[in-house]
Amino acid sequence: MVLSIAHRITGCAMAVGALALAYWLSSALYGAESFATAQAILGSPIGILCLIGWTFCFWFHLCNGLRHLAWDTGWGFEIPKLYATGWTVIVASVVLTVATWLIALA
Amino acid sequence: MVELSLPRNSKIKQGKTHKAKAGTKNIRRYQVYRWDPDTGENPSVDTYEVDMDSCGPMVLDGLIKIKNEMDPTLTFRRSCREGVCGSCAMNIDGTNTLACTKDMGDIKGDVKVYPLPHMEVVKDLVPDLSKAYAQYASIQPWLQADTPAPDKERLQSPEERERLDGLWECILCFCCTTSCPSYWWNSDRYLGPAVLLQAYRWIADSRDERSGDRLDNLEDPFRLYRCHTIMNCTNTCPKSLNPAKAIAETKKLLVERR
Repeated sequence: MVLSIAHRITGCAMAVGALALAYWLSSALYGAESFATAQAILGSPIGILCLIGWTFCFWFHLCNGLRHLAWDTGWGFEIPKLYATGWTVIVASVVLTVATWLIALA
Repeated sequence: MVELSLPRNSKIKQGKTHKAKAGTKNIRRYQVYRWDPDTGENPSVDTYEVDMDSCGPMVLDGLIKIKNEMDPTLTFRRSCREGVCGSCAMNIDGTNTLACTKDMGDIKGDVKVYPLPHMEVVKDLVPDLSKAYAQYASIQPWLQADTPAPDKERLQSPEERERLDGLWECILCFCCTTSCPSYWWNSDRYLGPAVLLQAYRWIADSRDERSGDRLDNLEDPFRLYRCHTIMNCTNTCPKSLNPAKAIAETKKLLVERR
């Protein structure tokens, strides 16, 4: 149940994240000055925090989405499998988020 | 519809405390939801101190002892007291289950007993299941065949019979249905896990010849597809059945027949 509601929350958060992405891309269209402003906002501590959050949302939603795909084939409904795949999703999304930022900052 | 807070007449108050007799050594506290439609008062949680030296091990044993010896006004359903009738389904220690098969030893602290969540309450621990029963009737839970009846039984191979395992055992206690957030939000249109498991029980039966009609009836954004694989149903089922799996198999059949 916790992962189910988390799937919805991360989905909603990503919709907001998509707006931020659109803002960042369109700021580049309006010239160097507006792009620099966008860079400053997203590069601020709060901006970075949001970006990390959205990265986690992306990976979590993707991993849990795969879990939903498996369920659609009828696989993974037994309680032990349910918890195993659930924890795998959580660990994988944390690892992938950390990996993404290590690569981004490298 | 979504209700984020309880309506004013549903707010739960502190109720009465029924003390154990003086000198009782082994006490277990029960906190039980009480609501009487005749008084017009808000529901309350009453506390009962149950003497465990003369009480059986299950939560239902405690409730029966309370009703017999401490407070005859306490109202709840029970019948078989061994997990086959489904009457004593209630919310115990935060989980929907059968009071008769729930061991008090598995509960830490006070034994908290509430009626099944998000159903109208008739009185105390008795929920109004009439809507759920009507939904059950809507899936026509009986064998339907168009071919003339054979001279003997309608035969089934052992493999065909095996497909009904995990389905026929359902006792319709509605622990799963009342644990489902989707059902809480859309109980007027979503059938809920218990009824959907039963629907699949007839679809999966090799002797039934109306699978097509049954699937037609379920192919609806609300009746079936409000299931979002939240999995509370399977987690809570006191008979260890898997309604979510039955629903997934139904969804698969709907895709396969396209």
